[in-house]
Amino acid sequence: MLKEAEIRTFVEGTTHYFETSGQQAATVGSPYLVTDGRPGTYEYTGVIGISGARKGIVYFTAPRGMLTVLLMRMQETDCSEETILDLVGEVANTISGNARRDFGKSFVISVPIVIARDPDKVAAPHSRSYVIPINWRAHSAKLVVCLE
Amino acid sequence: MGTSTEQGSLRLMIVDDSNIIRRRIERSQQIDRLEVVGSAGNGRDAVDLFRRTRPDVVTMDLTMPLMDGIECVEQLVAINPKVLILVVSALADKATAVEAIEKGANGFLCKPFTDRQLNEALEELLREA
Repeated sequence: MLKEAEIRTFVEGTTHYFETSGQQAATVGSPYLVTDGRPGTYEYTGVIGISGARKGIVYFTAPRGMLTVLLMRMQETDCSEETILDLVGEVANTISGNARRDFGKSFVISVPIVIARDPDKVAAPHSRSYVIPINWRAHSAKLVVCLE
Repeated sequence: MGTSTEQGSLRLMIVDDSNIIRRRIERSQQIDRLEVVGSAGNGRDAVDLFRRTRPDVVTMDLTMPLMDGIECVEQLVAINPKVLILVVSALADKATAVEAIEKGANGFLCKPFTDRQLNEALEELLREA
């Protein structure tokens, strides 16, 4: 179960990421709780396993269009499938790593696992997940936090 | 191990498991004295590349497969205690930054970063060269 301040950590990490890497602020919608174990995905997903004092996963999921524009904003000219997967993993890694500013060193993050077009492979380990909706330019994405 | 400091130019190695970040650092760094001599996607490859290319300056990610950045910093410093290492990581807690510095890193830049922040961090690092 996440506390309100802990959810805020992920919201701030998300807005900071888009403002810095995408050079344009994202609008973050009200976080909501999903209790059926199916918080949903877009086309590409970067999953970070969390261990240590907290256990679970954090994932960032987005459509190709958003990731392509984000790459262009980073002056990256290669928009291949491999690079898109690299980016979705890097976004998940960065937001999760930044959360250690508040969660501390015992919030241990894995290297990213990246998944394309296969929502069944993104398995939430617990039934309850918090979903943080992200709107950036004309695109929607979400950050999902599923922790014990 | 000698360095190229005396000749004015410095050799840079970039270590990060993300291709995007490796290319971004190479593209965005604007320090005239720095010449990129190679990049690696994990700590183990970085140690091999370090022995072969003998860089003076390294940017180092921390969360990587096969060998993480903290262990890699330790190994690189054991090979060349004069190497300058800028850790570039998303891990934003103070304890991790302190641990990296204690192992021999010389600076810490938190991801995500702007081009300006990268260049300022590199310039500050090079003041020690």
